[in-house]
Amino acid sequence: MIGRLTEGVPRRALVLLAALFLLLLVFPAFAGGYLLAVGFLILYFAFVGQAWNIMMGFAGQLSLGHSLYVGLGAYAAAALYVHFGVSPWIGLGASIGISMLAGAAIGFLAFRFGVAGVYFAILTIAFAEFARIGFDHFRWVQGSSGFFLPVANYTTNDLWNLRGSPTMFYYLMLALTAGAFVLCHALLRSRLGYYWLAIRESPEAAEALGVNLFRYKMAAVVISSAMTALAGVMFAFYYNNLFPEQIFHISRSIELILGPIIGGIGTLVGPIVGAFLLTGLAEGLREVMLRLGIDVPGVKQVFYGICLLLVVMFLPDGVWPPIAKKLGLRR
Amino acid sequence: MPVEIYLNVAAGGLLTGLVYGLMALGLSVIFGVVRVVNFAHGEMMTLAMYLALLLFTTLGLDPLVALVPIAAALLVFGYLLQIGLINPFINRPEHSQFMLLVAVALILVNAQLIVFGPDAQGIRTRYSFDSFQLGPLIVDAAKVYAAAAALVVAAALFAFFRYTLLGKAIRACADNYHGALVVGLNVKHLYALTFGLGAACVGAAGAMLMAVIDVTPSIGPAYTLLAFVIVITGGLGSMPGALLGGVLIGLTEALGGVLFTPSAKSMFAFALLVLVLLFRPQGILGRKAA
Amino acid sequence: MSALELRGISKSFRGLKAVTGASFEVAPGAIHGLIGPNGAGKTTIFNMVAGVYAPDEGEILFDGKPVHGLRPDQICAAGIGRTFQIVKPFAGLSVLDNVVVGALLREKRVTAAKVHAAQILERLGLAPKRDLPASSLTLPDRKRLEVARALATRPRLLLLDEVMAGLRPTECDQMVAVFRELNRAEGLTILLIEHVMRAVMALAQRIVVLNYGKIIARGTPEEVVRDPAVLECYLGEEAEV
Repeated sequence: MIGRLTEGVPRRALVLLAALFLLLLVFPAFAGGYLLAVGFLILYFAFVGQAWNIMMGFAGQLSLGHSLYVGLGAYAAAALYVHFGVSPWIGLGASIGISMLAGAAIGFLAFRFGVAGVYFAILTIAFAEFARIGFDHFRWVQGSSGFFLPVANYTTNDLWNLRGSPTMFYYLMLALTAGAFVLCHALLRSRLGYYWLAIRESPEAAEALGVNLFRYKMAAVVISSAMTALAGVMFAFYYNNLFPEQIFHISRSIELILGPIIGGIGTLVGPIVGAFLLTGLAEGLREVMLRLGIDVPGVKQVFYGICLLLVVMFLPDGVWPPIAKKLGLRR
Repeated sequence: MPVEIYLNVAAGGLLTGLVYGLMALGLSVIFGVVRVVNFAHGEMMTLAMYLALLLFTTLGLDPLVALVPIAAALLVFGYLLQIGLINPFINRPEHSQFMLLVAVALILVNAQLIVFGPDAQGIRTRYSFDSFQLGPLIVDAAKVYAAAAALVVAAALFAFFRYTLLGKAIRACADNYHGALVVGLNVKHLYALTFGLGAACVGAAGAMLMAVIDVTPSIGPAYTLLAFVIVITGGLGSMPGALLGGVLIGLTEALGGVLFTPSAKSMFAFALLVLVLLFRPQGILGRKAA
Repeated sequence: MSALELRGISKSFRGLKAVTGASFEVAPGAIHGLIGPNGAGKTTIFNMVAGVYAPDEGEILFDGKPVHGLRPDQICAAGIGRTFQIVKPFAGLSVLDNVVVGALLREKRVTAAKVHAAQILERLGLAPKRDLPASSLTLPDRKRLEVARALATRPRLLLLDEVMAGLRPTECDQMVAVFRELNRAEGLTILLIEHVMRAVMALAQRIVVLNYGKIIARGTPEEVVRDPAVLECYLGEEAEV
């Protein structure tokens, strides 16, 4: 099976990927607490960016409300753990299930009623906002006061309950991101992938070739939302507190799409490159500003905004395609 | 609860709704003509609100008077935005343009956060605590003035599009881009002017709103969403639709806030949006896309 | 039994009658032409057969089974393939991958679909360009790609919408040869909309003439070009590229 997955991939790419993976594996050995946290963040955005990329980059559906799935996944697993002591490995089943239902509902409404393009994006925003306000009043998970997970001591890593050191979370996130990468690669080569790309390029032509638009668009939405739910579970157990105002907020939705857009929508590596660049540069900027004694909230976001602007204006396909060309990985 | 309370709340909602309507009018004009989805609409409004705040605290200018220079400033801002950022990329796919404005919104909101801070700031004019009494109805004077100003500006805009040559030229561009080019209209300039006009509406609405509520940077995105809800509900491309939608949303919010919890009031706006998107995507007064 | 049968098909768009009471039959294995001035309703008929719209009145039968009102993807699965008047290649995909999308309708595995797609590319002379991005093709090649894609779905009836438009006479002759071969070797039934008379006369065994949404003549090419009603509706029209 590994043979089938790697067939057709240029050797250079495989070598580079292996090297990168090895680097990421040994990273915690020589990274301090702060860098490790940054590393986790980069991998988090790389993972969730890949999940979003499936909907947008592969199937062409612009979702600006993806924070909905992060939030639902986070709250589901966290609530089961806090109220019933259920391990997050089991709880994530609920997270995925609930997110998939939400995704399916949005997809069904949108695709059955022909809501597309920008209107679809607005619909996704509306649902995320609905959840944000709704969860503010959801007493079972403490609503707007915030839902807290009990923070145990970090001397031992309790993998089963996802209680442990930042290093444990780092490796978990690395596994998730690598897994997502392999999954996306496999998906792109499958019937699903071909049909998605066809739908993205020309839905009319795809339909005329026998592609059931509704079924495959739904598949993209449901798979994307399921993957994003996993990110939510990690978010809950890493940060240990959940506030509807934050986790469902539209700026979260925008934050997680910056990576794929800047890296390159529709490419396999784009979201990962984007996450590295964006988070890396942003944290670097923060360091520089702290050294200069400036600590103003909002600077990071302005930086993100400027990056987004520049990329959309001058590198519409993202940062990765020209780099890939230079590295000889593409025609 | 006594009926008077509902009536008062409804009246207040209706008046605020007119100001919302003006804000949405700006969005409708921009989308109807230039076909750009202005995702930075609410952020431009908070920009106007902060400008009104500044003018009040430094020069003592009443926001309803300051609305003129603020509208003018935003007209220029909108014009430059269109010319500099959007026109060059007019042939890009739809979501590309959308992302451009998402970026602008991001920058605006956080720039405001950096400059003005996150705390709510408000204006107290000499009429802030006045009210009018019409029979059983008690309405805030500020709301009445703001609503009146909104109607005046909206009427001026209608007149502009109907009766002036420039207005007709803009409508021509909206109806038929290539046709307009062929008869020699400077479409790029007209597009920029239209964006400017839309921004000016938002500017005026912001100044008016400053007389009624407090401003924080985070209400920007909320108002962008609200503007979309209004425009989609009332009908994209329909100017009366935007005003009607604004009033409807103002009413829904106000009544929803009093019937249920105040913090949940925007849920009704969203529920309405979803319903409209599903069952009548062209909105109440909109025409179906040709 | 005819391959395709239209019975009393009508369609209006917001009060404008695009097609009124159209009826005709296409025999299996035949090549049928649909001609008429611009705006006569030819593409509307195509779109109704292909499932883009449902007819307001009337029935469409394919191999005796009703297909009117089905979705385009269901129509394709039933065995009707189509090309578009304005070609719609999957620009970001390679030439081969474009055809693979079509082939995946009939093949379970991607590998088998790729083999089938490669064979079709050979047939249409596109094999040397299989790995190029579809966006880099010239117009004649794009038209061929459009046909290749539709063929990959193993249609029994192929709807060709002005496939010769913009092609030079030699390119046009090449396309005609391809269709003739497909018709002869596999008994592929073809219904084509065409303005290029050179192609219509060379390919079509029977022709249906449409004007203002109504059928005004039908018959063999020789009969139709002499029909006075046909001559009248084309008077002043450029009938040849």
